[in-house]
Amino acid sequence: MTVGMINANPVVHERPERAAHPHAADALDPLDVFDTVRDIKDPEHPYSLEQLSVLSEESVSVDEKLGRIQITFTPTVQHCSMATVIGLCLRLKLMQNFPPHFKIDIKVAPGSLANEESVNKQLNDKERVAAALENPNLRQLVDECLCSNDSHSR
Amino acid sequence: MDGGGAAELREAHRLTGHSDRVWSLAWNPFTGSGAGPVLASCGGDKAVRIWKRSPDGAWHCSDVLEDTHNRTVRSCAWSPDGKLLATASFDSTTAIWEYSGGDFECVATLEGHENEVKSVSWSSSGSLLATCSRDKTVWIWEMQPGNEYECVAVLQGHTQDVKMVQWHPFLDVLVSVSYDNSIKVWADDGDDEWHCVQTLTEADNCGHSSTVWALSFNKKGDRMVTCSDDRTLKIWDTSADLSQPKTGDDHESWRHLSTLTGYHGRTIFSAHLSSEDIIASGAGDDTICLFTEVEGPSYRLILKKEKAHDMDINCVRWCPQDPRMLASASDDGTVKLWELRGNALD
Repeated sequence: MTVGMINANPVVHERPERAAHPHAADALDPLDVFDTVRDIKDPEHPYSLEQLSVLSEESVSVDEKLGRIQITFTPTVQHCSMATVIGLCLRLKLMQNFPPHFKIDIKVAPGSLANEESVNKQLNDKERVAAALENPNLRQLVDECLCSNDSHSR
Repeated sequence: MDGGGAAELREAHRLTGHSDRVWSLAWNPFTGSGAGPVLASCGGDKAVRIWKRSPDGAWHCSDVLEDTHNRTVRSCAWSPDGKLLATASFDSTTAIWEYSGGDFECVATLEGHENEVKSVSWSSSGSLLATCSRDKTVWIWEMQPGNEYECVAVLQGHTQDVKMVQWHPFLDVLVSVSYDNSIKVWADDGDDEWHCVQTLTEADNCGHSSTVWALSFNKKGDRMVTCSDDRTLKIWDTSADLSQPKTGDDHESWRHLSTLTGYHGRTIFSAHLSSEDIIASGAGDDTICLFTEVEGPSYRLILKKEKAHDMDINCVRWCPQDPRMLASASDDGTVKLWELRGNALD
């Protein structure tokens, strides 16, 4: 079965140069978080979420005191059915890389998606997230998006 | 809190063994002679653990029920006589376990839901079982001789996944709560036909504005507490008997009494009423709160235990044999037993 791509011709940006950024050893800053997720592959395209401007440094906010990481991403098109997959990828990556006590909130950028509210609700329902990650097909899709980035990070 | 002997929640025991988040807890209601309290826990490691108190007061895991569910075990419930344990799983089945000959044996598997089963509850008589699922339905099962379970009703009405089902403490009235933000009350019309007899919503009943995760009744059955992703707890007057078919126009129904807001900073996943009518709540802010009803009726915070766990609290349950013992389950993989000390009810 051939399914038409949601966004056949995305705008792709150059992979920017990245310099090691100095920071305090213990403190977690937004750039740490961004570094961890910027190279996640888009579920549809052989490009990273950063290259497709789904994510930028400004997408991440961290409140170390409250132990909170928030990511706001921008799907490439208004009717992106892949938004929930991208959200799952972001959550799993953060769960794998940061201390488990961090509270993670993932949202799509306001106005970026037609069904913004329902996607946000789904992405932050941990029971649905847990069930989705136990679904073998979805899990494979998510794992593929995550493993492709290893060669680029740090 | 004022005065001496202020209430305190003291961590008495920490039960470790689950290798993933613990979703749910159930105390065995059996109160026979000599038997100490027994607790079941289940979680993301696809296993159920049975915990018992040793003669020396320490707690240990006596049984591990595994290799039956192949996905997360989301919830568990003991039958009223304490002899059977039902477990609901993301693998879309509900298993019934019986303790015989020193072992737990899976004696029945209830199949029919299209996907994740999220909750299971026994009616007070023990003859009916309810399950609910992401498939938006609630199923009622009747226990037949020989460990047979027959589905007697498939209740449709929720527009999104159903998070939890719970029977009234002594009437054949069932409550379901959902991702669609509503609470539904179901009863049979006397002809074995099950209907939704009331829906509690934000618009019509001061209900919740986001996913409703859980509910609990008090022992008398005239109070119900619900909790939600909207970070509030709501108390309902459930003294109207909805098990009787409605006659004429007198609209006897359940009604909103109070909304407890500002106590939790994230989703409230669990709420439970003790036999002393103390409300416990556990939430995604790692905090446990206890409340009691005062004149009005209104509600007073007894205490707030921050950092009760290292991660989200998914379930809180009062021990039926010891109304001052509370169990909590968390994403951190542990179960904790707490002692409530001091003058909680002043």
